[in-house]
Amino acid sequence: MRQSIIQWFRFASPQSFYPLAGRMIPWFWAAAVAFGIAGLWISFFVAPTDAQQGEGYRIIFVHVPASWMSMFIYLVMAFWAGLGLALNTRLSGMMAQSLAPTGALMAALSLWTGALWGKPMWGAWWVWDARLTSELILFFLYLGFMALQAAIDDPRRADKAGAILALVGVVNIPIIYFSVKWWNTLHQGSTINLTKAPSMAQTMLWGMLLMALCFWMYSIAVALTRVRAIILERERHTEWVKHALE
Amino acid sequence: MHWNSVGEFFAMGGYALYVWGSFGACALLMIVEPFLAKRRLSEVRKSLIRERLADELETQQRIS
Repeated sequence: MRQSIIQWFRFASPQSFYPLAGRMIPWFWAAAVAFGIAGLWISFFVAPTDAQQGEGYRIIFVHVPASWMSMFIYLVMAFWAGLGLALNTRLSGMMAQSLAPTGALMAALSLWTGALWGKPMWGAWWVWDARLTSELILFFLYLGFMALQAAIDDPRRADKAGAILALVGVVNIPIIYFSVKWWNTLHQGSTINLTKAPSMAQTMLWGMLLMALCFWMYSIAVALTRVRAIILERERHTEWVKHALE
Repeated sequence: MHWNSVGEFFAMGGYALYVWGSFGACALLMIVEPFLAKRRLSEVRKSLIRERLADELETQQRIS
């Protein structure tokens, strides 16, 4: 037991995580592609036409996964940032830094697909509704985190400043999640509810879950690729990096 | 399968702009981002290899 815990801590060092990440990336890509193909197949060929929204509802298959990932990546990023702040581990800050651009991308996609869904269904690209506004704030939090880190030369200090911003911003996540309950929003309520049976067709639900898995695996693959670059950038003057390259 | 023709599929029941605009944007960004991440990794690797080469040359010159 003790031995196995120590084994895991070994991967907390950039030196041993760098090759491990390299070995994991192809598997996450394979999973992303497999889930993506299955998800797209269901999205376009299996899921029935919606009674109210016709074919326009199919945007849900990218809108919901992107929105989920934008919130989930923020939580993971804040977790790593907080861990780095508390334990001063080198890899944590690098993980947080590597997740931010992917999170920003997911938030941007959520807003973009939301606008394209809002226009035909509500008649407006954008409304200052609680759900939309809090998601926009999330997008700005990602951009702010990236800008703050880029503005500070010393990476360890950049990590600390970024961590505080990330942790303060966490308060926005429950606001996004519960916004449709707390306020009277134009945005519809949650699609999936843990306490109630889902109100949508089974096949629609499956399509959405498969697409969400695809986005998840994609995010891990990209974040791992980026963290490898960050590891080399930050550790370039260490002995192990000199021997790690072929 | 509920599409009668390829044209019907692309028309998306009149929502083509919105549906394809959404899926297209996702596809585009999700192709560009990994490409950028990979380029960042290969660039830092290249610069590190160059650095090491320069170091080796310097030591060789010092010896000879």
